[in-house]
This record gives sequence, structure tokens and C-alpha cells, in this order.
Amino acid sequence: MNYFTEAIAWILDPANAEGSGGVWARSAEHLWYTLLAVLLASVIAIPLGYLVGHTGRGRGLVVASTGAARALPTLGVVTLVGLILGIGLVAPLVALVLLAVPSVLAGAYAGIEAIDPRTIDAARAMGMSDWQLLTRVEIPLGLPLLLGGVRSATLQVVATATLAAYVGAGGLGRFLFLGLKTQDYPQMLASALLVVLIALILEALFEIAERVTARRLHVV
Amino acid sequence: MKTRIAALVAAGALALTACSSSNPLGSPSAPAPSASAGGTLIVGSQQYYSNEIIAELYAQSLEAKGFTITRQYQIGQREVYLPELQAGKIDVFPEYSGNLLQYLDKKATASTGEEVLAALPAALGQGLRPLTAASATDQDSYNVTADFAKANSLTSIADLAKLNRTIKVCGNSELAKRPYGPTGLKSAYGVDAEVVPVEDSGGPLTIKALEDGKCDTADIYSADPSIASNNLTTLSDPKSLVLPQNVVPIVSAKVNEAAAAAIDAVDAKLSTEELVQLNALSVTKQQSSAVIAKAWLTSKGLLG
Repeated sequence: MNYFTEAIAWILDPANAEGSGGVWARSAEHLWYTLLAVLLASVIAIPLGYLVGHTGRGRGLVVASTGAARALPTLGVVTLVGLILGIGLVAPLVALVLLAVPSVLAGAYAGIEAIDPRTIDAARAMGMSDWQLLTRVEIPLGLPLLLGGVRSATLQVVATATLAAYVGAGGLGRFLFLGLKTQDYPQMLASALLVVLIALILEALFEIAERVTARRLHVV
Repeated sequence: MKTRIAALVAAGALALTACSSSNPLGSPSAPAPSASAGGTLIVGSQQYYSNEIIAELYAQSLEAKGFTITRQYQIGQREVYLPELQAGKIDVFPEYSGNLLQYLDKKATASTGEEVLAALPAALGQGLRPLTAASATDQDSYNVTADFAKANSLTSIADLAKLNRTIKVCGNSELAKRPYGPTGLKSAYGVDAEVVPVEDSGGPLTIKALEDGKCDTADIYSADPSIASNNLTTLSDPKSLVLPQNVVPIVSAKVNEAAAAAIDAVDAKLSTEELVQLNALSVTKQQSSAVIAKAWLTSKGLLG
């Protein structure tokens, strides 16, 4: 309990808040890395997931390969890419995108697969083209599951983005590593609490988004 | 193919059992009352490959003198193993003089190698004592690429001031808080510096960052063979900014004179050059500490 109160005090200490290495700046970096990684993962995984879900082809291959990518230890990927491309944001970003892709992908194709086949048949019977079917039926109906996938990806990335600091980038990992190496455990706990706080805020936003889409789907 | 798989499985099983027998969290196997001349001693090491090699040197030379040794290697960092030592659960532990003193006594003022070693016994308190330190040192050092050193004619840390700008230092983030970090560089040498944090303790990522020019100099342990293999230039430290880190064994009261003599014999031959070579065998040839120690002790005639 002692560490806990010290950690809270550390976060609230104005001396730690301001400046380019302060709590605010590091939290913003952390959030930025998270959003960037999830965005890049979405750009890769959503079209691929829709392709798999819509055509029903390549599911085994895509699922197996992204599942395997998920098993890669993130610190190992960070180190490996860092050794090739040097320190900075690129290496952790690659690792975080690899971490996020499987969840988003699963959300994308599962959302389409979960649609009642009779609905698809009905849409085809109405004379919809593949494109119309995808954009007017499959994507809207698959949205809740896709959001769920993006949500779990975001949660994993926000917790893992601390590794960016391992190779010289910023984020809340900076406090974590510094606290660990200098036996400043309140500082370490403080950074962990901040990560939890950001994760909870993002979770709340996803919760709202999911409810809104669910309600819309019922209205339509 | 089948036999190959079987061999893999067998190797895996062997590796697993090897892990379990050296589990640093497991309780030390009960020191069996042995008929050996010296009794049973427990040798520990840090979670640092080079430290484990030194511990293994002590362990094997003690075994050669008839002691029974229980090995407790890879026990985290100082704040984890030091309480174990103080509680008498470990009898022999290779340490580094300067960092140990700073850990035990935050207000320590010793700055030379001799002063550090002289201050250690009092700082260790009752129950533990340092044996004679080896001449080998393994300490933080500032390194630059050979090209960079040549282009700016750098040989000492003081020369960095000639660059007339803020020097970027690649190293673990805690370097920013260490007395030999930016504050020390400024007060001792008038060099403005900032840390570029790379958290692999002077490993390949740090060296890559240095070679990419992401920083001007990198903090690497002086006994790291990668300094030589990457043709880096270590800047000299004429003002002893970095506290000397002689390898020094810390032992419990259970270590008698015969045991102390066996350990002293190892340290008498352990120079920094020898330590770098031992480390290189681990880094480049992936040899185990037991193999490395046996070969070295044999070549020095310490197993006879």
C-alpha cells in the first residue's frame, strides 16, 4: 500500500508533469504510438479480413499465419527489427502492428462469417452486386464484431507499447525502465498505473462506440 | 527424420532438466553431509553471463580442493541476492567493488580502486567479507567508433568537450541518474551530455545505434568483447569519473582459509584481458560457463 500511495504522489507531483519528458508528454506519446499501431494494423487487416470473410477463401492460411505472428515474442521482434533498422520508433511500431493484426483480422472476417446465410442469400436475390453486398450488408452487420476485434487489439497494444522505450523511443515505458533500473518502484508503479488509466479510458470509448453501433443496427 | 525428431525431443528434455536443476528460485538442495575435505559451500552469481563465468571459476577451483559446491546462478540483481548473502544462504559471490560499495553505502566517497576496496569490509558489516580483489575490472565505459575518434582526435572523455555541443550517449535509461552520467560528465569534464536510452545494457542494439550515428558515444561494460570486435575506441577516464569495478569475491564465515586460498588463486590470475577472452567464448562460441571455466582453470594449472 505504501508503494501505491507513493506512486499516486509521483503522478500528481507537478515536477514530474511538465516538459518533454513529463507525465503529460509521455502519456500523449504512449497514446499516439497505440493509435498509430492500431490504425496501421487496421489498414492491413480490415481489407484482408473482409476479403476472407466475403469470399470464404484463404481462411486457413490467413488465420494460421497471423496466429503464428501473434506467437512471436514482442521484445524479440523489437530487438530484431531494431538491429536491422536501428533504434527509434520503427522497430516497436512493427512489433505492435504484428501484435494488433490478428485481433483486427479475426474481428473483420468473423463479423462477416457470423451473418445469417439467409440474409446474404436474400441480398443476392435482390440483385445486389458483390460490392453492394459487402458495403451495404456485410460491413454494417459485421461492425460490432470488428469493433470488438479492434478493441482487444488496442488493449494489447496499449499495454505493450511500453516496449517502445527499450529502443530509445518515448512513451510511458521510459518511466517503467528507469524505475526498474534505479529501484525507484513508486515511479515504476506510477507508469503502470498510467498505462492502466489510458487502457480504461480507451475501453470506455470502445464500450460507447459498440453500444452506439448496436443501437443503430437495431434501428435500421 | 524420425530419429532426428527423437533426438530433438531428447535434447529438449535434457535442456528442461538442466533448467530445473539450476532454478535460481528453488531452494538449495539440502547440503548433504559429505565426507569431502572442506564441506559444502554455495556459490551464487548475478543474472549476467560474465558474472556466472567468474562464479564457475570459483566453484570449480573449490571443487578441485575437495569442497562440495552447490551452484545458485543467475540470481537477478543486487537487491535480490544481497539479502540472501547476508542471511547466510549463499557463501561465495563474485561482485564488482565500486557498484557494491555504492549500493551498500550511498554516501561513499571513495573514488580510487584502492579506496573502494578499503571501504568495503566496513560497508559489508558482520558475517560477510571480501577476499583479495582480482585485477580484472568490468565497469561502465564511454566508447566511440574508431572513425569518430579519428575524425575528432578523441582519446579521453575530456576531448568530447572539444565538440562544443551536447553529446548524445547511448545507454540504459538509468545512466541519466548515475553519478558518472550527464551530471558527472559536466562536473568532471565540462561536457554537456544527454542520454539516448537503449535498454540492452550496451548490447547489440546500443552498438547499432552508435554505428548508425544516433549517438556520439555509448556506455558499454569494459569487459565486453564487442568493444574489440566492433573496433570501438574506449575513451580514457583520467579523472576516475566511473568508480573502479574490480572483480571481488564476497564470502561468508563458512569460507575457511583453504577455500579462501582456492578463490584467491583464481583472482590472482584474472586480469581484464583474461576476462574479456572468457566473455568472448560465451558470446561468440556460445560455450557454457562450466566449459569455459574448466578450460581456463586447466590452462592456468588451477585444477591440479
